[in-house]
Amino acid sequence: MAVKTASGAPARLPDAAPAKRGLWAWLNKRMPIDEFISTQLTGYYAPKNFNIWYFFGSLALVVLVLQLVTGIFLTMFYKPGELTSFDSVEYIMREVHFGWLIRYLHTTGASAFFIVVYLHMFRALLYGSYKAPRELLWLMGMLVYLALMAEAFMGYVLPWGNMSYWGAQVIVNLFGTIPGIGPGLVEWIRGDYGIADATLNRFFALHVVALPLGLLLLVMLHLVALRQTGSNNPDGIEIKAKIGADGKPLDGIPFHPYYTVKDIVGVGVFFVLFALVVFFVPTFGGLFLESPNFEVANPVSTPADITPVWYFTPYYAILRAVPDQRMGALLMGLAVLSFLFLPWLDRSPVKSMRYRGWISRTALALFAVSFVALGYLGMQPAEARYVIAARIFAIVYFAFFWLMPFYTRIDPVKPVPERVTYHAH
Amino acid sequence: MADNAITADDRVDLSRRKFLTQATIATGAVGAVFAAVPFIESWSPSERARAQGAPVEMDISKIDAGQMAITVWRRSPIYVVRRTPDMVARISGHDGDLKDPTSQDSDQPAYAKNTLRSRSAELLVLVGVCTHLGCLPKQKFDAGEIYPSWPGGFFCPCHGSRFDLAGRVFDGSPASINLRVPPYSYPNPRTLLVGADEKGAA
Repeated sequence: MAVKTASGAPARLPDAAPAKRGLWAWLNKRMPIDEFISTQLTGYYAPKNFNIWYFFGSLALVVLVLQLVTGIFLTMFYKPGELTSFDSVEYIMREVHFGWLIRYLHTTGASAFFIVVYLHMFRALLYGSYKAPRELLWLMGMLVYLALMAEAFMGYVLPWGNMSYWGAQVIVNLFGTIPGIGPGLVEWIRGDYGIADATLNRFFALHVVALPLGLLLLVMLHLVALRQTGSNNPDGIEIKAKIGADGKPLDGIPFHPYYTVKDIVGVGVFFVLFALVVFFVPTFGGLFLESPNFEVANPVSTPADITPVWYFTPYYAILRAVPDQRMGALLMGLAVLSFLFLPWLDRSPVKSMRYRGWISRTALALFAVSFVALGYLGMQPAEARYVIAARIFAIVYFAFFWLMPFYTRIDPVKPVPERVTYHAH
Repeated sequence: MADNAITADDRVDLSRRKFLTQATIATGAVGAVFAAVPFIESWSPSERARAQGAPVEMDISKIDAGQMAITVWRRSPIYVVRRTPDMVARISGHDGDLKDPTSQDSDQPAYAKNTLRSRSAELLVLVGVCTHLGCLPKQKFDAGEIYPSWPGGFFCPCHGSRFDLAGRVFDGSPASINLRVPPYSYPNPRTLLVGADEKGAA
């Protein structure tokens, strides 16, 4: 039924797009699908000078989906409980069709998640992506990282192997170091006088329902914040500062199709490497799956060495390096949380390492070395020589963060160009 | 009478609206706190867990001198060591190397707050859980077993905490307090009751 004006001519809506017909038009009248695509993908401009470091954000998203899908299938066969968990994991590995594959995809996915997230974070350190105006983007990302750590820890407890049990024991007892409320808090977290069935069951609920929901929400907020500020780039130049005649950034290109196509290449390479691990070295020499965990939880037998999975070992090394319980737990927490303060610790006028001086570059290199070294030391037995080495690297680790306000101010920076560095291929 | 005319009576009373908004928020917040209580309380040890945490008895007549036996109380291993006179002698002489030689900051019943940290010199009863982060310290009772001046005691393999034959922590250990002593008593000379003493069950 056409709307008529007083003169009898059909009404003309102002700025009406050419009327679309059919199902697509029907859908778009009811949901802003086209609008979403044009504002978030084809009309979302990203800097044209992205390099290999810019693969890891989209890869993290791919791994998240992989973990959700494999995790849903694992819950169909896994039975949480002191008496059932370990057996049900064995059942998945030996009797469920392709159960071994689904589980190895999930366990390898956990380590892959941390690999891509650590590389993604290092990229931010390299190009100053946490600096204004991207502080909130960085904080949202750090919350994703914290939620991921909790998710990984609780997931590691679920198979109820001996390392699951003792890892849970050590980590939950960290809360006991809080003055006053510590012991009561530990009992409340465990729901028993030790790590028990109650603990396992609540970790299951948190691992499969609460934390994944939180992770999805935080990832969405991370992307929302990214849409507001736009991506940083290897030159650390704001592309929005140079707008062309068409109103688009001169140094920007539409995210779709240019970066979706580029990211698909990254995903392809990633899955080749991922499959090599899943099919040939799923335990990765004890790094991704530790051998004591192939034995059922035993409350009266501690494994010879309790070590967390590799992605927690840098912090674990710091915990062990401190000869005082409360201070050790505190410094371990501070080591994780120090990242949150980066946007305000960094006083350099320049974002990217490309235009920073030797002081910032040396500091970042030392930090990267100390992070890897602490990761190695956290896997070694608690012997004096390793503990002393861990103390030295822990000092370097903290110096990177807490001396940053000083060394970034005196760092001899280079002039930043007006436009991004880009060579057409 | 004008239908839509704003009269003095119709004017929005902003302070009244602000008060009502704040009162609603405050009432809602109090309600949210009360509503959270059952969910938070559900995480406390259940009645079943509490019942299973009842005191346990142990026959100590079979423990030889210099030997250690282990029982489980509240999901923690309880170390029971029958110390020889030589082992008791090796407890003294290194007070200067200890973090808390007189057990001032440590966790034990009053009757174990002494040098030997026990009711009698012979029998040592400890919660066999490292006070650092909960691993099980291993028995290293022989003198010199870890290093030449080692007087014998316990060594935690996880983070390297060391304790003497009274469960007192050595300097340089990540653990900050001595091994815990549970409440315990002897209903008869052959029996150790862990988890209950003259004051009743823990």
